[in-house]
Amino acid sequence: MDEAPSPETAEMPPLLNRPGFARLLPVLGLGRLVFRGVPAAEARLGAALGLALPAINRMVHRGERGEPGARALMRFGPDELLLLLPRGELESAIAAISQACAAEPHILVDVSDRHLGFVLEGPAVAAILHSGCPLDLDPRAFPVGMATRSLFHKAEILLWRIAPMLFRIETGRSFAPYLVAQIGAGARDLG
Amino acid sequence: MLLIRCPFCRMERPELEFRHAGAAHRLRPADPAAVSDRDWGEFLHDRDNIRGITAERWHHVHGCGRFFNALRDTVSDVFLATYEPGAPRPDVPGAGQ
Repeated sequence: MDEAPSPETAEMPPLLNRPGFARLLPVLGLGRLVFRGVPAAEARLGAALGLALPAINRMVHRGERGEPGARALMRFGPDELLLLLPRGELESAIAAISQACAAEPHILVDVSDRHLGFVLEGPAVAAILHSGCPLDLDPRAFPVGMATRSLFHKAEILLWRIAPMLFRIETGRSFAPYLVAQIGAGARDLG
Repeated sequence: MLLIRCPFCRMERPELEFRHAGAAHRLRPADPAAVSDRDWGEFLHDRDNIRGITAERWHHVHGCGRFFNALRDTVSDVFLATYEPGAPRPDVPGAGQ
């Protein structure tokens, strides 16, 4: 992981692959935009995207990751929104959002290269995450559609649940080798 | 581990996500130049160090990123209440000074 994987790179092999247990896969080709603004600006963002604004620690999405036009919007703080979209659509999306929100105070920042993302899926995902994340990951406490910032061991992460046994994790890119190693260690500890 | 209720996330979150951020309800003088050295020194440095219920600022640094206020019992380490900054200190039974 010395070199940043380019979006054009062919599918990378899983970082962890134990059928019937868990798989860890890198996420490539994703654009990330942070949006912060007054409520009126948020309303215009939602209208421009065609998405309802998520409540705090929740996500909404349209389409599936990798599809053209896919959008995922999540709220990590009272006025902090993160928009995920295909990297190739970044420029047009920035232009469209800037135009839609021009009349209201807001910031829109491209943070695509700040994080590296991973998919963790399989029956053991919650147990593996519990090895380093202090959150309660029971589906009653952390339902599908919840998205939050937290910790995995010493690394700050963004964590959201797409399905009962499918999580997405992101971390600052310099933390990524540490995160992958700790997830691997957590998986080994489970046998 | 303690669970601390974040008033912005509106849920209990693990203690590891939080950072202590000093005493609550200390207002910075609007015009520091007009404050005597003694009062300014008090503002900067004098703290009550209460044995019992104290009002503190906390920071949900690995969560929503917001600062908030909390009433905590320094003897038992129990959080009695958390509330948004700017709100008055809540009345909690047994929290009288």
